[in-house]
Amino acid sequence: MWSLLQIEMFKISRRPRTYIAFAAISAIVLIFQFAFKADGSSYMNLMLQSVQDSFELDRIKAINGYFMCYIILNTLLVQVPILVALIAGDAISGEANMGTLRLLLTKPVSRTQLLLVKFMASFIFTVALLLWMAVMALFLSMAIFGVDDMLIFRVSGEESQILQIGADDVLWRYFAAFGYAAIALTVIAALALLLSIYAENSIGPIIATVCIVIICTIVSNIGVPIIDKNVKPWLFTSYLVGWKGFFYIGTNADGQPIPGSLENWPAIRKSLFILIAHIVILLGISIAVFRKKDILS
Amino acid sequence: MNVLLEVNHLTKQYRDIKAVEDLSFSVMEGDIYGFLGQNGAGKSTTIRMLLTLISPTAGEIKIFGLPLHENRHEILSQTGSIIERPDLYQYLTAYENLSLFARMSKIKVSRKLLMNQLEMVGLAERSQSKVRTFSQGMKQRLGIAVALVHDPKLIILDEPTNGLDPQGIADMRNLILRLSRQMGKTVIVSSHLLSEIEVIASRMIVIHKGKKIAEGVVQEMLDPANTLVQVETANNMNALKWLQETRWATAVIQGRHLQLSMNREDIPQLIRYLGEKGTDIVAVQPRHSLEAYFLSLTNNDTHVEPFAN
Repeated sequence: MWSLLQIEMFKISRRPRTYIAFAAISAIVLIFQFAFKADGSSYMNLMLQSVQDSFELDRIKAINGYFMCYIILNTLLVQVPILVALIAGDAISGEANMGTLRLLLTKPVSRTQLLLVKFMASFIFTVALLLWMAVMALFLSMAIFGVDDMLIFRVSGEESQILQIGADDVLWRYFAAFGYAAIALTVIAALALLLSIYAENSIGPIIATVCIVIICTIVSNIGVPIIDKNVKPWLFTSYLVGWKGFFYIGTNADGQPIPGSLENWPAIRKSLFILIAHIVILLGISIAVFRKKDILS
Repeated sequence: MNVLLEVNHLTKQYRDIKAVEDLSFSVMEGDIYGFLGQNGAGKSTTIRMLLTLISPTAGEIKIFGLPLHENRHEILSQTGSIIERPDLYQYLTAYENLSLFARMSKIKVSRKLLMNQLEMVGLAERSQSKVRTFSQGMKQRLGIAVALVHDPKLIILDEPTNGLDPQGIADMRNLILRLSRQMGKTVIVSSHLLSEIEVIASRMIVIHKGKKIAEGVVQEMLDPANTLVQVETANNMNALKWLQETRWATAVIQGRHLQLSMNREDIPQLIRYLGEKGTDIVAVQPRHSLEAYFLSLTNNDTHVEPFAN
């Protein structure tokens, strides 16, 4: 299995398209960093318009590395599923398209093993992508903008809130958020892998994955009570942005933030459970389908 | 000789279409076994079932005396194959492709082994070139190296000469003969090219519409007494009438020819006879012996009407 995984990672590493995702992330992050470096104060003024009278900002340096990373992740983690689908959607269909699938399957390797290796390779790619995001969006921003307490702007019902997290209480939240995002994006990888089994070219599964994510996201946000109650809790897209929960700091009775606390850990735990259940189910279906599939390509 | 591969009552059905129906045959150790049939006859489906790419609807396959599906790993580790085209990773070099598939075959891989394989197929000098820069013939040779790198006992080649130029076809033919005669490998080779099978195969099976219609030793099947002869005359209808009074009464008109199955040695006698009856003969062409045999088996089941101008 280890040898197969090495082979798979070698193949992925030698394909130019693999690096498109890394280049895209770098470009987006650098644009954000340049824009905020050049004119971040206008953005902050706009965000703080409604709370300027009640919140004293002078005390901290509002645009800092932690804040920048949060802003970038808010934008980027919506687009990353497409980048993950690019690799996972190609995993089986790309081999079928090249004609190498039949050669792989005439080797003394079980189909289950091969599929698991493809899944693991997609997972590793997803983690590598997130690590690259961490380097670019977090560590590079920390180097460029420095470090201070972190401000989170949050809309809760009719009310706008600003949460303040102490500088020494932020880094672990990012590690947890990246870990959560890795699991959320692995659901996308598992979905793309399943669709990849049915196709003989990569475009179909990639587009299908993106369409499913868009449709499910719309359903997740539709706001109709019957769907909110019966459908939304079971859709993976309802939990894709659950990483934000790690930045919602718990407060005491006086409304003061409690360092190291989370506002709603049980909700995050439930989200993780549902995402992992999606991965297990999608992977199980993929194995069942792939084991029985006639290879006609 | 031992039976190396045994297929019993193999059937593959897609909804209401039977791609392969009740097919049984056996391949002996050291054979070059020809798998002959028109396009769509079921050759590739059968070969894919032998390689576990397609599950049979019914029937049993035994290779090296072991049931295939229960012993898949053991059997595939001793089997090499090329199915239709030798599709490899275009963005990797020849050496990288060979190394990758050798490792999947679970053998000890060394640079020396890989270079020896590339040397054998004449690609050692191009070992560091990307496959996308290769000609079809070079890809086919690399495919052979991939199929042989783990020193398999059984080699299965599905239409290995597809897309090759005449030199490539000759090289492939020589390689198959060398594999069998010098290296003692058992080779199953499918083709719709009758001449290909005739030259290299020791035994063969003919399948048509998914069913076996003949199996045996190629030389015995090439009986000169069953040569298909095409005769073109100035008036085929008259010639046919004369022939119906003779032992060549099975003659039929096929397009612009008369076609008859006869002993090749009797051709001069046929020409003399038609000449004596005042029939002007334009051309007499004995068809390739195996082709004649094949056409007689498939009842001239052509897809396109013969062209007559």
